[in-house]
Amino acid sequence: MNRREALKTTGGTTVMALLVSAGLISPEEAFAQAPDWNKNAFDTKNLNDTVKAFGGMTATLSKDISFVNAPDIAENGAVVPVGVQSKIPKTEMIAILVEKNPNSLSAAFTIPDGTEPIVSTRVKMGQTSNVHAVVKADGKFFYATKEIKVTLGGCGG
Amino acid sequence: MSDPMRIRAQIMGGAVDVRVLMAHEMETGQRKDAAGKTVPAWFIQNVSATHNGKIILSAQWGPAVSKNPFLSFRFTGGKVGEKVIVTWVDNKGDKRTDEVAIA
Amino acid sequence: MKPANVAAASLNRQAQLIASVMFLIIGFALSTASHAQTTKVAAAVAKAKQDAAPPKSIDPTLREIEKYREALADGNPADLWEARGEDLWKQKRGPNKVSLEQCDLGLGEGVVKGVYASLPKYFADTDKVEDLETRLVTCMVLLQGFTYEQAKKAPFGSADNRSTMEALVAYVTANSRGTKMRVALNHPKEKEAFEIGKKMFFHRGGSHDFSCATCHAQDNIRIRLQELPNLTKQAPAQRAYTSWPAYRVSQGELRTFQWRLFDCFRQQRFPELDFTSQGSVALTMYLARNANDGVLTAPSIKR
Repeated sequence: MNRREALKTTGGTTVMALLVSAGLISPEEAFAQAPDWNKNAFDTKNLNDTVKAFGGMTATLSKDISFVNAPDIAENGAVVPVGVQSKIPKTEMIAILVEKNPNSLSAAFTIPDGTEPIVSTRVKMGQTSNVHAVVKADGKFFYATKEIKVTLGGCGG
Repeated sequence: MSDPMRIRAQIMGGAVDVRVLMAHEMETGQRKDAAGKTVPAWFIQNVSATHNGKIILSAQWGPAVSKNPFLSFRFTGGKVGEKVIVTWVDNKGDKRTDEVAIA
Repeated sequence: MKPANVAAASLNRQAQLIASVMFLIIGFALSTASHAQTTKVAAAVAKAKQDAAPPKSIDPTLREIEKYREALADGNPADLWEARGEDLWKQKRGPNKVSLEQCDLGLGEGVVKGVYASLPKYFADTDKVEDLETRLVTCMVLLQGFTYEQAKKAPFGSADNRSTMEALVAYVTANSRGTKMRVALNHPKEKEAFEIGKKMFFHRGGSHDFSCATCHAQDNIRIRLQELPNLTKQAPAQRAYTSWPAYRVSQGELRTFQWRLFDCFRQQRFPELDFTSQGSVALTMYLARNANDGVLTAPSIKR
């Protein structure tokens, strides 16, 4: 059974673990990515490199990208709500980058026709950092930036 | 075996508003446990949502997405009672699919 | 007939008319109860959150943090514990292979709705005052046949060691959302627990000579950026108590009120607070009673 076939099983069985323990694949292969995962993009350390990993050249600053449901200060960097809305026509992808994280890219969403170009999720931030929202629209890349401060909370509550 | 996702799909303002809460540790691979050993990376890599057989959202995630991830998005064309199906696949090859009827 | 009596008689008829119209309206209301109930609870919680929310801060930093907390409110991972708790409540477990559905949490066997608002309270079968977790332990022992040791084992979970208790607490408290706290002090032991809890609140001890009051008996103080509610005042006391249990982001887990007290003891450098000990229940009694009339918004989410 090759890796692709193993990944097609449903129900949450850890087939990979079984294959590893059976000696059929090495642990490194087991931890390799799912078929549709851009490993290079998740290894990049800055905005430009991430854009390149997605096949672009550079990203242009755009006023048509806005952050929604994203506060300026996060009490706990482990859970920072970030929502991005794009008003750029033909938006096909929205990505969220945290500049100062060990790797910049947190998440990349593909927006098919019929889905509104607005997504919200929660990301981890290691420290106060610029957060970039990158949008791919009609083959071109755009971005907007917001700084989110990460504070250290107190003891209780 | 993973815990079920909590999914809500409601018609709001002319589109279907979908909110998903997933149960997953989303380990970054940078954390050390009490014994000082590095906890291996374990995180959802792919998410896809479908409606009437059509993909309405797909995503690639890294370990920087928060533990017990939350996701919300909106799509048009869904009617009450129709199903929204969400699937995630993680870097160990574990997979989970749950569905909800649009309310 | 004297004019006064005639007036009285017609007033009486008016009252009767009004009463019958009211009954009709109530009848209608009851018949559409279930949908109305859900929206009613949601509205009560929303209003409670609004009322309970501290006045919007003038301090811009605190205002931004409030926005962060508001943004977190949707998609609360506590829902995952609630779902697991519901399964555990209904599952046949323990040597007796029985579910908890016969457990009396204070409002009758198997009644889960609204119970958290009236706990802690005195229970005749154990002849003591019990909070929710103590009561769950009691049911696990008396109904399901677990030993006390088994029922109290590992109450505070972690990723590899899930807590049954935390899931059950999430489920039960979720069924009290929107309810007003109404802890009674009827039974002598309830009164006693309250007094002991109060004494404990003000008692200084440990290596740092702290008491709960050291941090929680003044207005407008904080530790780093965490405001410390003044638990000797009604409004902050209501807000604080009704927000537990909560998904603690910093723990990545759902934490209960027993945990909150346990952690306060740790922070005060006190000896470890035993899970469901008489002291823990007494302190809970004091704080819960002080929160009466506060509307439960738990399970909530906190940093």
